[in-house]
Amino acid sequence: MIAATLALAVPLAGCSSTGGKRAEEKRAQAAGGQSAVDTPRWKFAMVTHSGDGDTFWDIVQNGAKQAAVKDNIEFLYSHDKEAGKQVQLVQTRIDQKVDGLIVTLAKPDAMKAVVQKAVRAGIPVITINSGQDLSKDFGALAHIGQDEVTAGEAVGEELNERGRKKAVCVLHEQGNVGHEERCDGVRKTFGGTVQNLYVDGTNMPGVESSLEAKLQADSVIDSIVTLGAPFAPTAVKAAEQAGSKAEVATFDLNAQAVRGLRDGSIGFAVDQQPYLQGYEAIDLLWLYKYNADMLGGGQPVLTGPQILTRQDAAALEKYTSRGTR
Amino acid sequence: MTTDTAEAPAPAVDERLVHRSLPHRLLGRPELGAVVGAVAVFLFFAVTADSFLRMASLSTVLYASSTIGIMAVPVALLMIGGEFDLSTGVMVTTSALVSSMFSYRMTANVWVGVAVSLLATLAIGVFNGWMLTRTKLPSFIITLGTFLMLTGLNLGFTKLISGTVSTKSIGDMDGFASARALFASQLSLGGVTLRITVVWWLVLIMVATWILLRTRAGNWIFAVGGGADAARAVGVPVAGTKIGLYMGVALCAWISGQHLLFSYDVVQSGEGVGNELIYIAAAVIGGCLLTGGYGSAVGAAVGALIFGMASKGIVYAQWDPDWFKFFLGAMLLLATLLNAWIRKRAEASA
Repeated sequence: MIAATLALAVPLAGCSSTGGKRAEEKRAQAAGGQSAVDTPRWKFAMVTHSGDGDTFWDIVQNGAKQAAVKDNIEFLYSHDKEAGKQVQLVQTRIDQKVDGLIVTLAKPDAMKAVVQKAVRAGIPVITINSGQDLSKDFGALAHIGQDEVTAGEAVGEELNERGRKKAVCVLHEQGNVGHEERCDGVRKTFGGTVQNLYVDGTNMPGVESSLEAKLQADSVIDSIVTLGAPFAPTAVKAAEQAGSKAEVATFDLNAQAVRGLRDGSIGFAVDQQPYLQGYEAIDLLWLYKYNADMLGGGQPVLTGPQILTRQDAAALEKYTSRGTR
Repeated sequence: MTTDTAEAPAPAVDERLVHRSLPHRLLGRPELGAVVGAVAVFLFFAVTADSFLRMASLSTVLYASSTIGIMAVPVALLMIGGEFDLSTGVMVTTSALVSSMFSYRMTANVWVGVAVSLLATLAIGVFNGWMLTRTKLPSFIITLGTFLMLTGLNLGFTKLISGTVSTKSIGDMDGFASARALFASQLSLGGVTLRITVVWWLVLIMVATWILLRTRAGNWIFAVGGGADAARAVGVPVAGTKIGLYMGVALCAWISGQHLLFSYDVVQSGEGVGNELIYIAAAVIGGCLLTGGYGSAVGAAVGALIFGMASKGIVYAQWDPDWFKFFLGAMLLLATLLNAWIRKRAEASA
């Protein structure tokens, strides 16, 4: 406490000379906020299976909002990680008589009836992110996203190219189907062995110590694959603590992950470009309403997997810090 | 509780004067069962997981235990005082978010943010305690309300201020290095790395034990938890004690929150949900009664140690990860049952 008081007293008067909001404002440049079209102000709603405070879905929303501004769209967003509640949210949007609907099919069985109901009510539906195989059956116009298994396979191939032998796949939500699919995808193409490790995603020190324990228990592990960008820097830290040489690879991006790519602490990231999923969904609905167009002609429109390495880091940095990559 | 006070007068004086042997005195301690449980869990993993006994592994286990233990100690004190706090898990995140965002937003030295966060977190503790004593509603409801509000505020404010759901990095700001040294550094002791959270944890255990056993406030805590009305009747400041206990929880949430911030430099706003139950579980495993009036800080610390050993030991043992949560739950239940059984034996023989 004495140290704390001392350290507190000395620099208390001063502001930080580096970093912070001021530095950001210096860099800041506002994105344009004017619509580029004179179509009526349609109301498009997006209902996802996201949990609270998920970086990924935040970026999807940013993409959708940007497109909504450009297309003169009133954009409504809601989410719930429980299938039943997601269905209720879609129902409220149908009741609101929205002009277009964007949904995720992470829990397709639960969503089937309500999506079909929307289609019957004459609302054009586009599915994003998950549910590629079922999208058409449910009556959606198109699907925009990346197949989780394919993305996992891309990671497996990249690991092969890097001559890896043993990987640990870090799942931060036990029971999430998409997470299992990603790890299965890695397992499918990777020549070495893949082990799953479940960690408690809402407890970062817990994630770190569990991964540390795993690396200490098995010194052969030479790769760590995290399924969300926020966990990649933690994995780097855990490897350091455990004295392991394992290289970290991650799904998805954020500012910290890009910094890791740049300084080499993270080997590569596989990105499904969430911004694109939000942006394209709104834009495609607009194109459909305006011109009855559908990109991809009804085939899934893929947004990933895109493998990103050190070379891409510099270019990506400013985009991640503003929340669009 | 009422029967206790009725029976108390006559034998109580005698009991204190009678000399009791050391084993007998040990048997009377609330943490005894937890200690035996901890030894059992330790031996179990020492045998089944070959990498468990390495120094590096033990340091990892201690770290995991300390991050739980720093919160389990004040939570135990609160439980001895007869109350619950369901907002502890997210309060830790709130505390980290406040210092990060204040420093960033104001472009202030990070120590300013740390100080603001201390005030803000203590204010939450005061709010919990004050609401409880004023409304006389059960602490379960009050702190569940706080839990939900904080969860929403964490998310809402972070989004409002940072534009994204996680905070901006403050790693390049003035004061970060010194703050990290205090909250998230590690010490090398003869080849063994010891995280600073372990030191914080030990200090907190000692302070809490001293308060409980050697100060008047400690007597008040036991009295308030044993029976608030009886305590009030003999002049114990019930409201003040309870508010103080909630502030103690808030203080430790602040320490944990600063650790979270300075070890990862960016904080995710959705974190912390669910940890409150782990803190409570650690306190209960450590011998605190859910009804209040009984327990110890050391017991809660041992409870946290059991939790740390079990959750990491399963990883060291390389068991099928699909069953992880089941193993963890079973391990905790067994440790607690052993704990209860030993306490019963101890009470019977005492």
